[in-house]
Amino acid sequence: MIVLLIVIPASAGIVAFFVESDRLRRILLLSTAIVQTALSLATWMVSPAPALTGWLAEDALGRLIETLTSILFLAACFYAVAYLREERRQTHSDFEEGFLFSNAREASFTACLLFFLAAMTLVAVSQQLALLWVAVEATTLASAPLIYFHRHHRSLEAAWKYLLICSVGIALALLGIFFLVVAASNPDGSSVPLMVQNLRSNAHHLNAPWFKAAFVLLLVGFGTKMGLAPFHTWLPDAHSEAPSVASALLSGALLNCAFLGILRAQEISVAGGLAAFSDKLLLVFGLVSMGVAAAFISGQTDYKRMLAYSSVEHMGILAVGVGLGGAAVFGAVLHVINHALTKAMLFLVAGNLLAVYRTKNSAEVSGALSVLPVSGVLWLVGLFAITGSPPFGPFLSEFTILKAALDHGQIFVAIVYLTLLAVIMAAMAAPALAMAQGTPGAHVAALPARALALSVVPAILGIAVLVMGIYVPPVLTRALREAAHVLG
Amino acid sequence: MIQLINSILVLLVLTGFMLLSSSRLSACIRAIAIQGVLLGVLAISMQDGQLSAAGVLFPLSSAVVKGFVLPWLLFRAMREADTVREIEPLISYNLSIIAGAAALGVSLWLGHRLQLSPQPRSSLLVPAAFFTSLVGMIVIASRRKALTQVLGYLALENGVYAFGSAVALRLPILVELGILLDVFVGVFVMGIAIFHISREFDHIDTDKLEALADRLS
Repeated sequence: MIVLLIVIPASAGIVAFFVESDRLRRILLLSTAIVQTALSLATWMVSPAPALTGWLAEDALGRLIETLTSILFLAACFYAVAYLREERRQTHSDFEEGFLFSNAREASFTACLLFFLAAMTLVAVSQQLALLWVAVEATTLASAPLIYFHRHHRSLEAAWKYLLICSVGIALALLGIFFLVVAASNPDGSSVPLMVQNLRSNAHHLNAPWFKAAFVLLLVGFGTKMGLAPFHTWLPDAHSEAPSVASALLSGALLNCAFLGILRAQEISVAGGLAAFSDKLLLVFGLVSMGVAAAFISGQTDYKRMLAYSSVEHMGILAVGVGLGGAAVFGAVLHVINHALTKAMLFLVAGNLLAVYRTKNSAEVSGALSVLPVSGVLWLVGLFAITGSPPFGPFLSEFTILKAALDHGQIFVAIVYLTLLAVIMAAMAAPALAMAQGTPGAHVAALPARALALSVVPAILGIAVLVMGIYVPPVLTRALREAAHVLG
Repeated sequence: MIQLINSILVLLVLTGFMLLSSSRLSACIRAIAIQGVLLGVLAISMQDGQLSAAGVLFPLSSAVVKGFVLPWLLFRAMREADTVREIEPLISYNLSIIAGAAALGVSLWLGHRLQLSPQPRSSLLVPAAFFTSLVGMIVIASRRKALTQVLGYLALENGVYAFGSAVALRLPILVELGILLDVFVGVFVMGIAIFHISREFDHIDTDKLEALADRLS
């Protein structure tokens, strides 16, 4: 069953590449996403048997990430089909510089989407660290063409930076994995298999200096992919230039997969009693990421870049949560879900705004509430949610982390965390409110009717964000506890 | 056997300097190709006495991919982008060589500091691996051409791979193939990107890719 989760999207991707008919290919994309989500949900009822001698298995953490990925993918697919249909109709002139450009072949775009899903699923279910590495690198390769969907020089630049920076980062993570092999060797020189389970049970005689070096490399390597500052430089470019549906997947699904790489290292660190070291690193990188995000969100004129920096901020929050340990880890794992749902919704809404206003400059957008009533409301909802206002999901998880920081006596961390959250909230609220209110400019007068899915999909995500703030289902709470348990 | 290993390692260090000092892209690609072959030979010579089919086949396929297939792809990208030289790197060639020498010093010191048990076959193994990785990073940071940056990435990857052989790492064959496949597809995709960059911009100087940036306000 686990193998199916990877083979189905991968083979659908190969088929999609060769299907000529747009209609058939879109049906294939949607049905693959539906089957994938159904299978992922089924794994919550029947625990799937490990495959490939235990290399592929679902633990609580992997299952959470895997299910979240497939649900977001399903949402993104419904949006993407409507989006691709609209893209077919228009001529493409650049919003910023006015030149004409073409899109990549829709078949390649669809195929890459499906490969991307397969690679992310492999990250989530692989228990073998080297295999996890292979999968993370595969996500980079599958998603780079998604960023270069609009064929023009800015998206090309973004895709190039993404490819190079992430590949270099990931190469360092591979070195980290090799260091881990050295750190985990038995005293007699025989090595322990690179399975998370074996490494954890053998963690008591880890070689501490080698493990620390390995952890730093893994944190830098996967942290690059996850968008932790100061290795986040690819992220705003990629998120702002990719089509919104790809940005939603990058932010909502991909960053979590990279985070999982760090969490696997943290699991071993906790089991080996080296959490004091790794916690401190996570805290520092987390707070630095939040600080960098606050600096770049202030005065940001491009609303897609603003959302991208907000992702850097939230990745920082996740690192802080895990670094604090205890109840904050629960908050961090919960925040993975809340951030993913909220940010995916915001990027999809940003895509709607972009299609109508044809500008990414927030100063040139006004009156979204009257031009696009649904998207306008969702934009405001998303803004309040992502900045941590009650009653939405992110408030709950951010508050859990804050409370844990105070309970642990980490007053300094709590103060910095709270200050940065406040700064970011203020910096995001002003432009986003101005975009929603006011009267629309004359150039948006002629509105073609847009597909229903473009507003329904983000609306459903918005409802999910609200529900997560009011009621976390017990089955989810149990899974979150189990996932947080191994992380200290 | 130890002489063979040591001479391979010395050659590996020399290819690193070749990569740092040459302005001609074709020479740089050749340096990377030689590295790929050397690493294959290294991996085979590290396991003397207990040669298995998998233990020979994998390094061999890796040598073929890194020594011949990837260089061929890169030469094609070079012709399509119509560039032969790296002109005006961000730091001069003399400075690059000095940086390389410094990197060698750091690698030797690190190799001395990090204690491995059991001791690797040659005391040069770990320093040579680190040096190759560091050269890759210097090249990525200091060169303008997209193609040269790909070469830097490959050198970085080669260094990591060499470290893997140094600690006598036996990864399952599936994983080894996966890593090789990732590197191959990665360079392939980067090659396509270079082709697009050269068509879009009439050059492949990545420092001109500067439309996207944020300045602190």
